[in-house]
Amino acid sequence: MSEPLWRTGRWSDEHVELFVGNLLRWGVIIAAAVTVVGGALFLSLHGGRIADYHVFHGQPDALKSVSEVVANALRFQPEAVIQLGLLLLIATPIARVALSLLAFVKQHDRTYIVVTAIVLGLLLYSLTGAGA
Amino acid sequence: MTGLVAIGSFAAGMLGALTGLGGGMIIVPMLTLVFGVDIRYAIGASLISVIATSSGAAAAYVREGYTNIRIGMFLEVATTLGALGGAYIAGLISTSAIAVIFSLVLAYSAYRSFQPREEHSIDGPPDKWATRLRMDGTYPTAEGMQPYTVHAVPTGFSLMFLAGILSGLLGIGSGAVKVLAMDQAMRLPFKVSTTTSNFMIGVTAAASAGVYLHRGYIDPVLAFPVMLGVLAGALTGARVLAGAKVRALRTIFTVVIVFLAVEMAYKGLRGGI
Repeated sequence: MSEPLWRTGRWSDEHVELFVGNLLRWGVIIAAAVTVVGGALFLSLHGGRIADYHVFHGQPDALKSVSEVVANALRFQPEAVIQLGLLLLIATPIARVALSLLAFVKQHDRTYIVVTAIVLGLLLYSLTGAGA
Repeated sequence: MTGLVAIGSFAAGMLGALTGLGGGMIIVPMLTLVFGVDIRYAIGASLISVIATSSGAAAAYVREGYTNIRIGMFLEVATTLGALGGAYIAGLISTSAIAVIFSLVLAYSAYRSFQPREEHSIDGPPDKWATRLRMDGTYPTAEGMQPYTVHAVPTGFSLMFLAGILSGLLGIGSGAVKVLAMDQAMRLPFKVSTTTSNFMIGVTAAASAGVYLHRGYIDPVLAFPVMLGVLAGALTGARVLAGAKVRALRTIFTVVIVFLAVEMAYKGLRGGI
């Protein structure tokens, strides 16, 4: 990629598109890497455990909130490490929207600042669990 | 089981990419019908894989200059609202009802994939909303950058709301409905509608994934082979796409889809899901 946006201060659509492309790519790569580590940890501890998904029982609280997942992942609890990878994946498009918002602010594009802020608000509302 | 799920997901991701239907359309029936997974877990895992493939593909498309970020951003208001609504509805209705709705959308998507997509003329007066929202753009063609205008923004917006609901309710990317909105209603060039729709899918799926996570519908041990399998499959599928006989593949695949749709509807109605 070329010079980072914040250094060049150029916020043309082309520069933003390039940066968005890189953000999405690295988001997916990092999320997948964390998930692989968690999955390997899990398999090394439990092997090919036959899981029962026929009956729905929901996940324990430890895997349902963002703060709990992060805390347990730092203790290398395998399921939590995987869940952290999945959270990073969910966060990737959210970061993309946040970057778009910043770009529209720099471009003084009022209409799209409002449009993007609404989308970002809805995403954060969902992720923080206010809607569950 | 993890290994089998990963292999199945790889195949689903590859077929999803080759046919343009997306991996989510195959993942949910595969997990529920073949592996006997509860449909809520299947949808949770599918949503995660949808975010992965959409973001992975969008990374390449955005840089090529086909994606119209303004159109995508504006329509995401409709899809994220719909996705939150769909995820909410999923908690209210029975799993059998979800299975039946899924089979109908599956059948419709298979039907749509056989309809030829006609490139619209790009002239004509644009919609007043499109002008106000500065949606008209240019895209690269063999003859250089080609300008295009955007039509029927309110219709497209409404259809996107529906696409969002289906995405949140069923854990799919709703590609067929998005194409309907952007190709047929808003009359965007193919490349622009395909890439912009793909660009939006990740955000739409992220909106409902948050709700699914807090409900405990996302099981990490099930989701990780699904996500990694579909992602690897989709990347492979995109590589193969250039040389493959897509027409023949699509025919075979549609037969599989119709079979899955009938099976899901049958089991859903009998109460087996």
